[in-house]
Amino acid sequence: MFPLKLLIKNAFRHKLRTFLTILSITIALVAFGILQTLIKSWYAGAETSSVYRLVARNAISLAFPLPLSYKDKITQIEGVSGVTYGNWFGGIYIEEKNFFANFAVEPKSYLTLYDYTIPSGQRENFLRDRRAALAGRKLINRFGWKVGDMITLKGTIFPGNWEFILAGIYHAGAGDVDESQFFFHWDYLNETIRKTMPHRVDYVDFYIIGMQNPGLAYEVASRVDNTFKNSLAETLTETEKSFQLSFVSMSEAIITAIQFVSLVVIVIIMAVATNTMIMSVRERIGEYAVLKTLGFGAWPIIGLILGESLVISLSGCAAGIALTFPVTSAIGKTLSNYLPIFKLDKRIFYFYGAASLLVGIVAAIIPAWRAVKIPIAEGLGRVP
Amino acid sequence: MEGRKPIVEIKNLSKYYRRDSQTVSVLENITLTIAEGEFFSLMGPSGSGKSTLLNLIAGIDKLDGGSIKVGGIDISYLSETELARWRAANVGFIFQFYNLIPVLNAFENIELPLLLTGLSRKERREHVDAALRLVNLVGRKDHYPGQLSGGEQQRVAIARAIITDPAIVVADEPTGDLDRVSAEDVLNLMERLNSTLGKTIIMVTHDPRAAEKAHVVRNLEKGVLQ
Repeated sequence: MFPLKLLIKNAFRHKLRTFLTILSITIALVAFGILQTLIKSWYAGAETSSVYRLVARNAISLAFPLPLSYKDKITQIEGVSGVTYGNWFGGIYIEEKNFFANFAVEPKSYLTLYDYTIPSGQRENFLRDRRAALAGRKLINRFGWKVGDMITLKGTIFPGNWEFILAGIYHAGAGDVDESQFFFHWDYLNETIRKTMPHRVDYVDFYIIGMQNPGLAYEVASRVDNTFKNSLAETLTETEKSFQLSFVSMSEAIITAIQFVSLVVIVIIMAVATNTMIMSVRERIGEYAVLKTLGFGAWPIIGLILGESLVISLSGCAAGIALTFPVTSAIGKTLSNYLPIFKLDKRIFYFYGAASLLVGIVAAIIPAWRAVKIPIAEGLGRVP
Repeated sequence: MEGRKPIVEIKNLSKYYRRDSQTVSVLENITLTIAEGEFFSLMGPSGSGKSTLLNLIAGIDKLDGGSIKVGGIDISYLSETELARWRAANVGFIFQFYNLIPVLNAFENIELPLLLTGLSRKERREHVDAALRLVNLVGRKDHYPGQLSGGEQQRVAIARAIITDPAIVVADEPTGDLDRVSAEDVLNLMERLNSTLGKTIIMVTHDPRAAEKAHVVRNLEKGVLQ
């Protein structure tokens, strides 16, 4: 215990410097944690997608719709257990900053394919009324809505003010489900635009296809696409995960940049910790020379320096873990409009531990080497 | 001292330092024998090479020529690791500026060399208590170096030097940083180590009053033993 006491006392001998070094490690780890959580939340849609679902869209681009008539043909394809469809509505609630995802969907088939938890009675109310809407729990909390409220969205793709009656609130069942979305009846959209936008009537943006066997995803997708091959609107069918990833891939460069920055952060803390240890050991080189004089060999000296470095880096790690929870929680709340699933993956703390160990070891290498290699007489300042 | 067997035997020792392209001779052709149980003092002006000679005898510096035998072992052939073990077992050190570890209290500073032995915690405590009694610092064992006077710090250093019961105690200007009274205390203590415990004391000093305590006094000038 005595050497442990010595290295801990050494670590905190220059309190301000040690505190600042620990703080820099803490901030760097928290920054790393935030950046990694950000990246994970970016992929959250893909990560939480079901292997039992495929998404079919126009092969040219998502901007081009597909005829509603495809629904019956898809339903008859071997391996398909259910089909639903929908449109991205893109409505604005009061002002643009209140952004949330809103879709027109075929409600009955949609709720068959998506296992949302909806309180008793609300599901039936949503299905019954063509102007009914279903909103996620987070969205309700964000705007203080209540079931029965009239909600008006201003259409961007489909012009006009669109009024809905909030019929129900959905909750995430098991796992991570985006609870900040808004759904209403596709029929309401289709009937309303019949006069104003007749060319878009009976067209949908996407089909969501349920499968009995996820192992046959490729075969079922091929069958869907082959069915509409050489038609005016060919389809591109892919797994829900691939569909979600196609959105993420648009931001691939940004994500790569964030990954790079998060690694640079680790390199920077290595440099900071190394600098601290070099300064500490340089100041105490005489003391290490005394220890060597007394008979302490290279390994005890290395042990003291490495231990001191690890005390500092692991203190930063502990503080980093403690701070990451409230910081990511606060950021998650702030960004919940844009990144609804901003959830800290606790496995990142394994990385914190590994990075701190690495920083502690790397920071000790140069000073330990110097302390061991310096001749005792020189260390004692005795060279004539 | 006649009849005592030699504990330090130095033959034709030479030591150089290299500064850039120049080679500076520090010690030249030194031949010296120190008997077991002797209180030996090495005097000389600053830069004469006396501390370098002390370092070589204590195994904390490497010679360039000749040989040094201490207790019958030619230490010039020992590796760094072997030298470290040898020093821990055979040599106690007293420095001019005490060289205590500031974050350890007096007890812990004295205990430090014992960590290299296989003694239990209880045994170490007994040894340290005995050493504290010897240097008359029992009441100051929990004090840190910064809370002790120069004389007290040097007494802690003396206790640390003898805690492993080495045959030789080397002291480099042990009174150089002390007032007259404290210096006298330290010298008396060193004299007791020699006379009562039989330690061989090799002391470097340029203080004639310190040298008076020694049985043998030799002068070193410009790297040559007079």
